[in-house]
Amino acid sequence: MSVGQLICNDLGKVYDGGKRALSSVSFSVPTEGIFSIIGRNGAGKTTLVRILATLLEPSYGTASIDGLDVMEDADELRTRMAIVPQEGRPLPWLTPLQTISSYLMWRGESYRVSRRKAEEALALVGLEDVRDRLNYKLSGGMKRKSLLAMVMASDAEIIFLDEPTTGLDPISRQVVWDLLSRLSRDRFVFLTTHYLEEAESVAGRIGIFEEGSLLALGNMDELRASMRYQYSVRVSSGIELPEVDGRVLKGRDGRVQILTTREEAVRLSDQFIGRDIRFSVNPVTLDDIFYHLAGREIHNYEEDGEGGGWP
Amino acid sequence: MIRSGNQVMASILVNAIYEMRNYPVVLLNTVLSPLSFLVLIFLISDGALLGEAILGGLIMSMFQSGISLQTDLSHLKNDFKLQEIVVSSPTRPSIYVAGMALSEIIYSSPAIIILAILFAISIHVPFIQVAGIVLVLLMVFLSSVALSFALATISTDIVQSYSFSRLITILLTSLAPVYYPITLIPEPLQFLAYLSPTTYAAQLAQHLGGLTQVSPDMFIFDWAVLMVFTTVFLWAGIRKARWRDV
Repeated sequence: MSVGQLICNDLGKVYDGGKRALSSVSFSVPTEGIFSIIGRNGAGKTTLVRILATLLEPSYGTASIDGLDVMEDADELRTRMAIVPQEGRPLPWLTPLQTISSYLMWRGESYRVSRRKAEEALALVGLEDVRDRLNYKLSGGMKRKSLLAMVMASDAEIIFLDEPTTGLDPISRQVVWDLLSRLSRDRFVFLTTHYLEEAESVAGRIGIFEEGSLLALGNMDELRASMRYQYSVRVSSGIELPEVDGRVLKGRDGRVQILTTREEAVRLSDQFIGRDIRFSVNPVTLDDIFYHLAGREIHNYEEDGEGGGWP
Repeated sequence: MIRSGNQVMASILVNAIYEMRNYPVVLLNTVLSPLSFLVLIFLISDGALLGEAILGGLIMSMFQSGISLQTDLSHLKNDFKLQEIVVSSPTRPSIYVAGMALSEIIYSSPAIIILAILFAISIHVPFIQVAGIVLVLLMVFLSSVALSFALATISTDIVQSYSFSRLITILLTSLAPVYYPITLIPEPLQFLAYLSPTTYAAQLAQHLGGLTQVSPDMFIFDWAVLMVFTTVFLWAGIRKARWRDV
């Protein structure tokens, strides 16, 4: 399968009333594996997905997937794509088998073929035992899995998933992540999430969105490389911190995080070992990168200055 | 062609057959309104208006089917995001709407079948006139689909949609002379009845059923009004309706 590109060029959306949801977004990514967009609520993720999934007209700019324009070639694109929208729910009066087979019929499959493919997809996600149970009797995780099975059963090569794990418990979320990995083996998955660990664990490429703008894009190594400080040192409270070359963040629980360079992390580690201080050193996470780029507080740390010592 | 057939069938399965199969209580719901009015008119008129009441029940069933399309489309779109799933698929808007519209008739089929049986037992007219009545009923359905499209452009949520459809159904199929002849309305107030397109449909159906007589001019005028009404509302709805949001 030849790999194409998803290309956005100066893409923007201003809703009626003047609300700017996307501001001149330009990027390109290969249409393979999982590409995840992360950002807070209202960052523009859903607007971008809806434009790319041919559900919403952009106000300006262009977007294309594998050479097909989302406005001009929508009909052709729709034969190749599928979406599980944010807040999408299976209809309560249907069973998972009926949900999936109907969807496949909307994609043009016959009743018989749809039933067979639906049964196979349900078995694949482990829902064969509840295939004839009404959707309203299923747990939240099962409902989400049945929607994922729906797009898995289709022949769509481009899958849009808008916050598919929101509201799920950690175990269900892990199950969905496994399904996403399976789904991405032979398809392009465009995933939006505000769970940073989700993007970090499943996505090959990540785009960071904030207030309708794309702040950064790349795989985890590229995103880390774009950071001035690529290591995170965490120490417990109540110690006197030496002068550091880095960014010191004080946690609300009293713990301290230092974003710093590799060399400085090694130096600090030596000092802490010498002073018998409990600490940990890790490469920066997506959390740290997002915080750094978005420039706002997103987790339990407050900025305490750059290059400073203990306050 | 086969593909379009499968797509239409998907809408019918989702919006009618599976719902009726999985929630059999809805079958009762669909027959309740038209048959209750029929029984009421039958009892009040001491059986004299049975024919009008049967035709009224058929008109109400067809009208209700069309007007329900708007609430169902809105419900599926806003509460379940089904329309987003369908828009991002190879289904074309016309196929989706046609399938959903057909599903509404199938949903009302229990009532329509009962009324059709009562019609066959009570009203004996030549086949050509029966065909004319079927045509009137199809026009009623089409005009209510058109009206529901137009309403969809002004209702913003499901509560509003349901309120609109209930209000319109009561006004145009219960108050208007659908279950009874217009001659029962005092003459000075008859002009109010003529504001409703269902009055013209009922007048045509009652004439074709051999229950009342209308002049040839009025016969043509009734058809013309039904067609104009359907065309105007269909035009208004299609002008505003959008498959892709803006």
